[in-house]
Amino acid sequence: MALLDIRNLDLTIARGSELLPVVQGVSLAVEENETLGIVGESGCGKSLTALAVMGLLEGSAARIAGGSIHFQGRNLLALSPEERRRVMGDQMAMIFQEPMTSLNPVYRVGDQIKEAVLQHRSMSGRQAHDRALELLELVRIPDPARRIDSFPHQMSGGQRQRVMIAMALACDPKLLIADEPTTALDVTVQKEVLELVRSLQARTGMSIVLISHDLGVISETCDKVAVMYRGRIVEQASTSTLFSNMSHPYTLGLLGSIPATDHDVEWLDAIPGRVPTLDEAVPGCAFHPRCFAARGSCRTADPDAAAVSPAHIVRCHFPQGSSS
Amino acid sequence: MLNYALNRVLTLVPTLLAASFLVFMFIHLIPGDPASILLGDTATPEEVAELSRELGLDEPLWTQYALWLGNVLQGDLGTSVFFREPVLSVIADGAETSILLATMTMFWIVVFGVPIGIVSAVRHGSWVDQATSGGAMLFASVPTFWLGLYLILIFSVWLGWFPSSGFPSLADEGGVSNLRYLVLPSLTLAAPNAALIIRLIRASMLDVSREDHVRTARAKGLHPVRVAIKHIFRNALIAVSAAFGFTFAALVSEAVVTETVFSLPGIGRLVVQSILRRDYPVIQGVILIIVVFYMTINLLVDLAYASLDPRVSLK
Repeated sequence: MALLDIRNLDLTIARGSELLPVVQGVSLAVEENETLGIVGESGCGKSLTALAVMGLLEGSAARIAGGSIHFQGRNLLALSPEERRRVMGDQMAMIFQEPMTSLNPVYRVGDQIKEAVLQHRSMSGRQAHDRALELLELVRIPDPARRIDSFPHQMSGGQRQRVMIAMALACDPKLLIADEPTTALDVTVQKEVLELVRSLQARTGMSIVLISHDLGVISETCDKVAVMYRGRIVEQASTSTLFSNMSHPYTLGLLGSIPATDHDVEWLDAIPGRVPTLDEAVPGCAFHPRCFAARGSCRTADPDAAAVSPAHIVRCHFPQGSSS
Repeated sequence: MLNYALNRVLTLVPTLLAASFLVFMFIHLIPGDPASILLGDTATPEEVAELSRELGLDEPLWTQYALWLGNVLQGDLGTSVFFREPVLSVIADGAETSILLATMTMFWIVVFGVPIGIVSAVRHGSWVDQATSGGAMLFASVPTFWLGLYLILIFSVWLGWFPSSGFPSLADEGGVSNLRYLVLPSLTLAAPNAALIIRLIRASMLDVSREDHVRTARAKGLHPVRVAIKHIFRNALIAVSAAFGFTFAALVSEAVVTETVFSLPGIGRLVVQSILRRDYPVIQGVILIIVVFYMTINLLVDLAYASLDPRVSLK
């Protein structure tokens, strides 16, 4: 049984009187100690999917319209709000894209970590303080005994993200959801934070859902990958299969738009056009207006998800690398 | 912190000088003089001139100002032309009423404003929010004299719960129970201010609730009430604290109408009557003290700001 099992998740946003679909039929599974990457452009629904799993859609405009999310065998969507809160921050934790604004500016970082510990564990203030110190050491904050009393504004972006990670790990979660955890950080800090997350996973055996728009980050970190476009998974496979045999033209486009770091290039191969807005109806395949391989049926029929090889699923009429 | 406070106190001096100069000059622009008002319509010009000389009003304005300022610096605000008493003791008589009234008013503002503001922010869009917003708009726009008269009608005349006018000192017979004289006036004064605080708390909390760190708090699995109080309200308080300070300071001068409706011997009414009597020393003294009071509150607000928001450093 998978640790996290999402089946046919549909999310909608109310625009006036109509409900616009933002995530459609997303199915994903994460095993224990496994890292799943979700990749796609801004607005493809990857963050909303993560917030739905975490139970934080309340702060966004999106609502769950269908499907199920099983975590450790329990359907999260059937839990009462109180039962749901008992999972949040304990068995399942999340870190976010903006470390600069994700910590409360008026409380010391140590107190914010302690709050996460005390919410789910019954221990004394002293014990919680020791746990917070231990967590700051774990995420390699230098001089943790002093930094535990710092306010967020006294720390750099990378350190704040480390604090966020410490807070997320407060109760030894089985699943860590990381929504673009390194996007707001500069490149060297990005590497350090990703390295930290990987080593923590090796140590605790937790599973990770890593959301990113950066295929490079995904390829270095994840066991398997789901590529999302306009609210749907368009390609899903193990990382090695995906990178050796990319089949969806959109995935190829994403790969082509990564700047090379070993030699200078004049142009990046950007994917032409833009993601259609939510209320623009696109007949046929949602990607066809931007697709270099689009022809005939792409404009009229929406492709189904199909396996091009075992455990490699593609939603495309003409998968690349296949005989057609 | 102490250095900062001392610095700020020193900067009060030029502001006070400027304020005192303006007040002094403006009062003398008002036509009519104390001597002729004191002596009434039947006084001869000779009598008026005689009294003017006695009061020192025949000196040039500059000399009068210099004399007055010299005395103020020695802690002497002069003698009331009307009461023939030291200005300080005239003001002290009104100060008890005004300070008690302002404090009791602040008490109502906090007791009603804070919880209602929090509830309408947490339940924004619900009928509770609509009802409180509507109520707040109503109380913010009702004139205080009208509200005061209705409170007297209902609670004094019909129900007989509270006295309708006057205020014996706490030192008089009755002691602390004399505070009941201030219940209706303080409620009258609190209504529009509490309405503003409710709307301010609601708006700031809605702003804060959209911030990223609130999502982090919810991701910890905290109960929504804890998120609302500890994370949202605590941060909204930074913006609201300034409003509390200025509301308190403004109460002393806002109280003029309320003190008149309820015949309270407060400072607001003292100023108005002193202007009518051309009692220059009292007007100057009261206004000087109100200016000091405003600037002190201003300083306290800044200090509160620094203690509420660790990102603010006092320099």
